[in-house]
Amino acid sequence: MVLDDPSARSPQAKSDAPWHHDAKKEDLKHIGKPIRKVDARSKVSGLTKFADDLSMPRMLHMKLLRSTRAHAEIVSIDTAKAAALPGVKGVLTGKDMPIPFGILPVSQDEHALCQDLVRFVGDPVVAIAATEEEAAWDACRLVDVQYRERRTIGGVHEAADHPEPRLHDYGVRGNIHRLENLEFGDLAAGFQKAEHVREDTFFFEGNTHLPMEQHATLAHFDKDGKLTVWSSTQTPHYLHRALARVLAPLPAHHIRVVAIQNGGGFGGKSDPFNHEICAAKMSMLTGRPVKIALTREEVFWCHRGRHPVLMRSKVGVTKTGRITALDFHSYLDGGAYGSYGTASTFYTGALQTVTYAVENYHFRGARFFTNKAPCGPKRGHGTPQPRFALEVQLDKIACDLGLDPARIRLDNLAPRDSLTANFLRIGSMGLGTCIEKVVAGSRWKERRGKKERTADGRIRGLGLACSSYLSGAGLPIYWNGLPHSGVQLKLDRSGLVTAFCGSTDIGQGSDSVLGWIIGEVLGIDPLGIKVVTSDTDLTPVDLGSYSSRVTVMTGNAAMQAAERARDILAKGVAEKLGVPANRLVFADEKVFDAEDPKKGMTFQEAVVCTEAKFGTIGTVGSYTPPATAAKFRGGGVGPSPSYSYSAAVVEVEVDPETGVYRVPHVWMAHDIGRALNAAVAMGQIEGSVYMGLGEAMMEEMAYRDRSHKGHRVFVHKIPSLLEYKSPSALEMPTVTTYVVEDPDKNGPFGAKEVGQGPLLPMMPAVANAIFDAVGVRVDEIPCSFEKVFAALQAKDKRYGPSLGADGVPTVDFGDSLKIKTPWQGGDGTAWNEPKREKKAAK
Amino acid sequence: MTDVKKVLATFLVNGEPHEVAFAPHKTLLEVLREEMNLTGTKHGCELGECGACTVQVDGTPILSCLSLAVDAVGKDVRTVEGLAKGSELTPLQHCFADLGAAQCGYCTPGVLMAADALLSCNKSPTRDEIKQALAGNLCRCTGYLKIFEAVELAAARMRGEKAQPSKESIHGS
Repeated sequence: MVLDDPSARSPQAKSDAPWHHDAKKEDLKHIGKPIRKVDARSKVSGLTKFADDLSMPRMLHMKLLRSTRAHAEIVSIDTAKAAALPGVKGVLTGKDMPIPFGILPVSQDEHALCQDLVRFVGDPVVAIAATEEEAAWDACRLVDVQYRERRTIGGVHEAADHPEPRLHDYGVRGNIHRLENLEFGDLAAGFQKAEHVREDTFFFEGNTHLPMEQHATLAHFDKDGKLTVWSSTQTPHYLHRALARVLAPLPAHHIRVVAIQNGGGFGGKSDPFNHEICAAKMSMLTGRPVKIALTREEVFWCHRGRHPVLMRSKVGVTKTGRITALDFHSYLDGGAYGSYGTASTFYTGALQTVTYAVENYHFRGARFFTNKAPCGPKRGHGTPQPRFALEVQLDKIACDLGLDPARIRLDNLAPRDSLTANFLRIGSMGLGTCIEKVVAGSRWKERRGKKERTADGRIRGLGLACSSYLSGAGLPIYWNGLPHSGVQLKLDRSGLVTAFCGSTDIGQGSDSVLGWIIGEVLGIDPLGIKVVTSDTDLTPVDLGSYSSRVTVMTGNAAMQAAERARDILAKGVAEKLGVPANRLVFADEKVFDAEDPKKGMTFQEAVVCTEAKFGTIGTVGSYTPPATAAKFRGGGVGPSPSYSYSAAVVEVEVDPETGVYRVPHVWMAHDIGRALNAAVAMGQIEGSVYMGLGEAMMEEMAYRDRSHKGHRVFVHKIPSLLEYKSPSALEMPTVTTYVVEDPDKNGPFGAKEVGQGPLLPMMPAVANAIFDAVGVRVDEIPCSFEKVFAALQAKDKRYGPSLGADGVPTVDFGDSLKIKTPWQGGDGTAWNEPKREKKAAK
Repeated sequence: MTDVKKVLATFLVNGEPHEVAFAPHKTLLEVLREEMNLTGTKHGCELGECGACTVQVDGTPILSCLSLAVDAVGKDVRTVEGLAKGSELTPLQHCFADLGAAQCGYCTPGVLMAADALLSCNKSPTRDEIKQALAGNLCRCTGYLKIFEAVELAAARMRGEKAQPSKESIHGS
C-alpha cells in the first residue's frame, strides 16, 4: 500500500523543502558521516563478485574475431574449418543478428557483428563459442575473412575533405555525423562592446577510461525460454532495451539483465556492447550458458572514451575582464560509430555558460565519423575539452590585461538561481567559495609568478582553473515521460528494510547512497538495510550510472519511498501509542514520542504493529527532473537538476631545459551541495584529481597510422596498460581537498553531483601552471614533457594546433538557430526555428 | 592446446591443501580462479602490467598472471581470501573499509596482498616506502591517497597505537 498523507508526517518530514536541503548538519545521524559503504567488507575480502567471477555448469567460452582492417567491405566469411574444430559449439556472423542497435535512438548504427562493412581495427566480425577458452581462440584463427579495402578516414580534417567513401549512410552529409549551430543573444553587439578580443585554437587528444576490470558478460537462455544476462554494465536498462531490439521476437519481459558490480566504469561501460548481445544470442543458439571476458586489448577497442576535439575559441572581454561574447567551435573525431556522440557534440558547447556569465554566445559543433574505435562518454562527457580551452584562454586574457587569473574568474561568476544565456537553470552555486578556498590554501597571491627554484634547479609555477558539472542529465536518452529513477521498499517483520532500485554501483557507492538516505529518514542503521540493485527482473528502472545522476535522482526516489514508509509506520505507531503521528520521531532504531521519549517502541515493533493494522508494508518512490527551460532543438543536452562546481590550483616544478615536470601539490575545492558521506565524497574528489592528472600529463588514445600489406590501418599506439601511460602511486601528488557545501533545493539533503566535476579543472590548471613556471603555452592535452620541451624551443613559446585558417577543418555549418537570451526577453525557443514544437504536439 | 595432458598436484593455499588437475601451461592465476574457484584474485591484463593478480608466495608478493602454477607447488600461497581470520578482518582490511580505500574493489585484492607483505616486514613504513611497495598496483578509482592512508593507519594500529584517520582525510581541509 502507498500512503502519502502529509498530516501524518513526523516532525522531520514537516520541512517545507521537498528534499530537506536545509536540514542542519547536527540534526543528521547518518548523512555526512564517514560510515562504511554497505559492501565495504565484501570488497576488502575478495568476495565481491564481478562478471568474470561467475561460472555455470556446461558454460561455454566465447571469443570474437575482430577486424584487422580499418575500413573494408566484407567479401566473404568462411567459418567451416572453425566450426569443425573439436569443442566448438557455436558460430555467429553478422547475418545472424541483422537488426541494428545503438545507445541513442538517433544513431542506431551498430550491429552485434559487422554486416557488410568493417569500420575500424577491432570491429567484431565473428563470434565463436567452445567448451574451452583456448579452443574458441584457435577456432577464430581458422576463420577466413576476405576484405575489399576502402579508403580510410583518419581524422577530422580528412573526414571534412573526403565525403566519400562514407562510413555510414546517415548523418548530415559525407562523413559529418552531426552539425550544431546555436546562437544566443547578439554576438556582433557583444564583440562590439568588447575592449579586448582573443582568438585561440586548442586540441584535446582523446583518452580512454581504462577500468581495471575488463568487460565481461555471462548469458544464459534457460529451458523456460527466459534469457538472463549478467554483465559489467553501467546501464542495465539500456542494455535490456538493446537486447530486446536485436533479439526480437524474444519479448522484453523474457529478458533479465543483471548489472553485476562494475570493476570501474568511468563511462566506458555505458553503451550496449557487441559482446553482450553476442553472448546472449550464442546462449540462445547453443542452449548453454555462454561467457565472454574481454582481453585488455579488446577493452581498448570497445573504447567509447574521450573524443579528440579540435577547438577554436574567440572571446571578447571588457578592460576589467568581463566576458561580453564567446564564439566557440568544436570539431569532434567521433570514431566509427555514433555511440553517445550526438550528446557529446552538444556537451562541447553546453556548460561554458554555467561557470561564468556569458552575455552573448555562439556555439558551433561538428562530429565526424573516422575509422577508429568509437568515442563516447568518459567522466565529464564532452565538457573537459571545452573547459580546457576556456580556462587556458581566460588565463591568457588575464595575462594580456594584467589581471589576477583568480580575480577575473570571480568577477565573471554566473549568478546563483539564474538562467544562463542558453537557458540552463542554475540553483546553488559555490564556485566563488571554491576559488577563495584554493587561493588561500595554495597561498596563490604570494607564490604565483615568483618562479622559485627548487633544490634541483626546477622552476615552480601555480595554475588555476575552474569547472562545473551536471547532477544528472535533465532528459532521458530515449524520449519518454517516465521517471528517471524508481525505488521500492519492502519492510519485513524482522525489522529488515530492503531497497530495490535499478541503479548500478560502479564503485562510486550508489548502493550505499540508498542505505544512507533510507537509514536517515527511517532512523535505522544504513548498514542494516538490504540493498538489491540493477536487476531488471527485480528492481524498478533507474536509467543507470552516467552523467553523475545517481546521487540526486536515485537519492530523491529513495527519499520519497522512505518518507512514505515512515508515514505508514507513523500511522500504525500513533494508533498503538495513542500519540499524534506528527509527534513521532524516528531515530536510533526506535520510534518514539518527541514530547515523552520514553513512550515508544523499537523500529521492528513499529513494523509489526503497522503490518498488523494495514497488511504487508511496501512503498515506492520515483524521481523525474524538473522541466527544462530550453525549448529550442538541441536544448535537451545541458539541463540538470543542479550543477556542481570545482576550482583547482596545481603546483608544478618544471625543468626549463628539458620540459620535464612534476606535480607535487594540488588544491581542489568541490561544491557538492552536501556530502552524503564525507569519506566517500573525498574518495570521489581525489579520484577525479588523479584521473585529471593522467589526462593532463600523459594519457592519450593516439593511433599509429601505418601500412599493413599495402593497406592503411590505424592501430592504437600499443593497447596495453603498460604503454597507455597512466599515473601510478609514485606520480600521485599531495592533494588538499576542500568539500564546499552549498545545499541545492533539488538534491536529497541538498546534495549535488560529486566525482566528475573535479576532473575538469586539472588539465587547464596544469597547462596554466606550466606557463606560470616557464612562460610557455601548451594549447594541447596531454601536456606531455615533449610538448613543453617543443614550446620552450619554439619562437612563439607555444605548442598546439595551427592558429591560422588551416587550423580547423572547413565546414559549412549552415544557418544558426537564433535564440534570444533571458535578458533579451527570450522564452527559450529559437525565433527562426521551423515550427517543431507544434508538430510534436500533434 | 586443448588436448594437453593435465598434471595432478597439491597446492597449499591459505593454509589448506588443494589437489588439482591442470594443464601444465596454466598460470597460478588461472589455477586459483578456475580450478580452485578462488575468484578473489583478479586479472586486469594478464601481462604483468597492473598488479590486480598479486598474491603472496612464501610471503613475497608476486604477479600470479606471470607465474606458472607448477612453480607454486610445495610453496605457501596466500590469496585475499586468506587474509581474514574467520569472520574477523585484519586491521589492514578494516582500515581499507573505513577510509573507502576500496571503491570499485577490483584492484583491492592485489593492493591488499602487496600492502600486507609490506607490513609484515616493515612495521612503520614511510609514505615513500608505501608508494614504492604499491607502485606496481594500478588503481583507477581512488587516486591512491586513501590506500596510502589506510596502510599507514593499519600500521599504526598493528603497532598497538590507538590511531584514528585525520580529520583532513575524512572531511577535507
